[in-house]
Amino acid sequence: MIVWLLALLQALLAVALAPLLVGWVRKVKAWLQNRRGAPLLQPYADLRKLLTKDTRVAHTASPLFRVAPYIVFVATWLACVTVPLIALDLPTAGIADIIVLVGLLALARFFLALAGMDVGTAFGGMGASREMLISALAEPALLMAVFTLAMTAHSTSLVGVMEHHLTDGFLLRPSYLFAFGALVLVALAECGRIPIDNPATHLELTMVHEAMLLEYTGRYLALMEWAAWIKLLLYGVLLVNVFLPWGIATAFTPTALALGLIAVVVKLALLGAALAVGETVTAKMRLFRVPGFLNLALLLGLLGLLSHVILEVGA
Amino acid sequence: MSLALLPLLQQFVVLLAALALFLSFVLLAQMRLVAAIHVFAWQGALVAAVTLTVAVAGAVEHLYFSAVLTLALKALLIPWMLHRLVRRLGLERHTERLRHPALVVMAGVALVIFSYWLVLPMVEQGQAFTRNIIAVSLALVLIGLLMMVFRQQAVAQVLGFMSMENGLFLAAVSATAGMPLVVELGVAFDLLVAMVLFGVFFFQIRESIDSLDVDRLNRLTEVES
Amino acid sequence: MTALLLTLLTPLIGGLALFLVRALAPAGWLNLAVSGLTLLGSLWLAWTVAQVEVIAGLGFRVDAFNVYLIVLTAFVGLTTAIFSRPYMQYVQASGRISVLNLRLYHSLYQAFMLTMLVALTTDNLGVLWVAVEGATLATVLLVSLYRTPEAVEAAWKYFILCGVGIALALFGTVLTYFAAQLVLADTEAGLTWSVLHAHAAALDPTVMRIAFVFLLVGYGTKVGLVPMHQWLPDAHSEGPTPMSAVLSGLLLNVALYAVVRLKMLVDGSLAATDTPHLAGALLMGFGLVSFMVAALFLHRQRDIKRLFSYSSIEHMGLMTFAFGLGGPLATFGALLHMLVHSLTKSAIFVTVGHATHLAGTQSIERIRGLIRTQPTIGWSLLFGVVAIAGFPPFGVFTSEFLLLTATMQTHPWLTLVLLSGLAIAFAGLFRHLHPMVYGTAPDGQAPVTANLLPVFVHLGLVLWLGLAIPDFLAHWLNRATALIAGGGVL
Repeated sequence: MIVWLLALLQALLAVALAPLLVGWVRKVKAWLQNRRGAPLLQPYADLRKLLTKDTRVAHTASPLFRVAPYIVFVATWLACVTVPLIALDLPTAGIADIIVLVGLLALARFFLALAGMDVGTAFGGMGASREMLISALAEPALLMAVFTLAMTAHSTSLVGVMEHHLTDGFLLRPSYLFAFGALVLVALAECGRIPIDNPATHLELTMVHEAMLLEYTGRYLALMEWAAWIKLLLYGVLLVNVFLPWGIATAFTPTALALGLIAVVVKLALLGAALAVGETVTAKMRLFRVPGFLNLALLLGLLGLLSHVILEVGA
Repeated sequence: MSLALLPLLQQFVVLLAALALFLSFVLLAQMRLVAAIHVFAWQGALVAAVTLTVAVAGAVEHLYFSAVLTLALKALLIPWMLHRLVRRLGLERHTERLRHPALVVMAGVALVIFSYWLVLPMVEQGQAFTRNIIAVSLALVLIGLLMMVFRQQAVAQVLGFMSMENGLFLAAVSATAGMPLVVELGVAFDLLVAMVLFGVFFFQIRESIDSLDVDRLNRLTEVES
Repeated sequence: MTALLLTLLTPLIGGLALFLVRALAPAGWLNLAVSGLTLLGSLWLAWTVAQVEVIAGLGFRVDAFNVYLIVLTAFVGLTTAIFSRPYMQYVQASGRISVLNLRLYHSLYQAFMLTMLVALTTDNLGVLWVAVEGATLATVLLVSLYRTPEAVEAAWKYFILCGVGIALALFGTVLTYFAAQLVLADTEAGLTWSVLHAHAAALDPTVMRIAFVFLLVGYGTKVGLVPMHQWLPDAHSEGPTPMSAVLSGLLLNVALYAVVRLKMLVDGSLAATDTPHLAGALLMGFGLVSFMVAALFLHRQRDIKRLFSYSSIEHMGLMTFAFGLGGPLATFGALLHMLVHSLTKSAIFVTVGHATHLAGTQSIERIRGLIRTQPTIGWSLLFGVVAIAGFPPFGVFTSEFLLLTATMQTHPWLTLVLLSGLAIAFAGLFRHLHPMVYGTAPDGQAPVTANLLPVFVHLGLVLWLGLAIPDFLAHWLNRATALIAGGGVL
């Protein structure tokens, strides 16, 4: 019973932490650009503002337009729940594996794209088609990276992968390095960060994710934005906890849990800072260059798989 | 063999070899000449690092010397010479067009699998570690070959050639703890002379066809003209 | 040992000295003198080897097999130098080459001789590789000596293809070294051929099998085996004629020598496995394909030097096939064929050099009536081609006859293939030769000063070998055969 309670707590914590991570990335970026920037907790304020506001819906919108935000939010949240955040052996993580995680994210994306097209504006359709292009290219790379992990641990469960990693101790695994690289690139593409997409712009010709949300207002918009932030958190946790699982709670004692929380917050803060630095020093690339970018991710994934087979297993 | 059973230094060799393989792919797909030269220099530095690691791990003294030699030759001198040539030929901003970049990269992946398949029967040798590194080195060699086939630019072909040499050196260092010194010196000397001659040829080719696109070197064929 | 040092140091010092000589005339003579001294050294070496069987030391090793190639190399080097002296004067007079390049030519000529002699004498597989690669480097600038677009293209192709090939050979060498390290106590000796040969049976067959494939493809590129032969006709046709003579007559031999030495190792290693003749079978396959393809390509040639370079591929294919066949008779035939082919082919290239000088072109269609304008050149070319096509009483006939006999004993049906290939090659050569020698000479074609002494000497030797192989040579080749095939024929 207590573990289910903990699982629920962890799920809520993920949702609660997501805006903080976004606020942190924005803050670091502001510092790097010599601005003071918005307060760290600004995303929470934004959410509260949007949630209390009235929602307006275009008269051409179908019921799907109203349902989509809920589906997107719930699917993303569920996906996030499957990734161990502070403790390893929670039942929620046990019921799902990496494939389900990828599937849930695909479901969320599907509805997001549908909603983008639903109203029938030019931008929504454009954003949706770009989003699908990017995801179609990113998915194989993501799967390659995931398979590399799964093959190392002989399990497609994230917990299995992390446990394997913890018991093996520190190893210089080239396959992990490649899979990490692939996953970073995929995460950048999937979360709509620079150089693929710029979350801070509403410049008509370049936006991808924002183009799909143009018609949303009020709490629908809040849910959609929140879902996007949860997705960022999810990829962040995936990167730091799968590749550097040290610190995560393996027992359910209060000290272990507290340590796990501190560890993940520190790791995420570092990752967020790195993301902010990366976004500051690189420029957004043209859409036509995106396939090349994601091909690199696919190559990294493939090399991860190959170097696992060739260099780490050996017959 | 599992990676966990290897000592840390050997793990490091594996990691460096894998990175060198990755750089081979980057070299294959890198269209900007100057950037490609830098990638090549990094690959040379990785091979030198492997040499150094093997030297430390096995306490092989003459490998310290070859590590320095590799670093000087592959990571500094040859890239510097290429860089200078590119500048003198006015090719700093040259970018190439590869017709099917994704296809070429996939061909490279196929070559990696082929290399592994080729050395797989060597398993009775027990030393799976060595065998695996040989597979990676062979992949490096074959990808260099692939680059020479698919690139039309003379400088890029030379880069392919030189990265083949990197693969050979990786094999020699990791599989056999380096060749005898006299051979290693001979190979390095040959490589250096080859580089000088390549430089001479760049100018000869440009003089004769006014470009370094060697696809235009097509006067000599069996087809009657 | 002194003889060996004399043979090796002469071209080294000569090459350096020649780079300093500015004037053309003394350079030509000096080149000649250096080549002559090298030949003397090699003859002394041969005489010593005849007494003591094997000279070994300082990482070199000379036995019956390589000593005859060393003498051959030095001999053809000398006769080509005799031809090259007036020929290069003519080339310079015609303004195709600058003074600096001429200095380079002489210097690199000796460097090339040096690399080949080192490749032949060394006992170390790594040094062998370095020397063969060095031979490429020394000749590649010579191929592009005239700086025409065609010459530059040919040289680039030669450089890239041989560079790639030789890189694969180095991979094979590394694998061999790896195999050696697993069995030898003294790992430093892992590339020494004599040590490897002594321990051949212990070498891991799987590794050696893979290694041999790389070595064969690598050195086979230099032998000119189809399909890695693309560089060969280009390099021969665009380089200066003396270069074509030594490339065809010597370099191909050295590469084949390397292949045979390595085959001996692999055979020893694979003897106990279920595929003991893998190396031989590979050589036979590559050889036969090269032989047939080159014979067919002879018919399509427009350029006289390309024509004869395809003829070289054809003969190298035949030798490769014979070495692959193994057995004393085939090996003896192949060794003899190496000798007579080198002599004949370099004689032909020398004659061709004069013929192109006479006609002012390399195009077969425009070389006409040689025998009318200058009978010596016409007859030389005719006899050279008759010899290379394998007519009695020339030596090529003897060696080809031996090869066919050996084939008949083990693979009777392949004799038919070989015979038809020889017939095709014969037809290919003579359909081009006939109008060149007998056709009507174009107006104004005048005789040139020709130095045909090397041709006469070479063809005379080939004729002698066809009529009767002298006793000492027969024993010599027999000893080499015993070394390679494990038993002699005499």
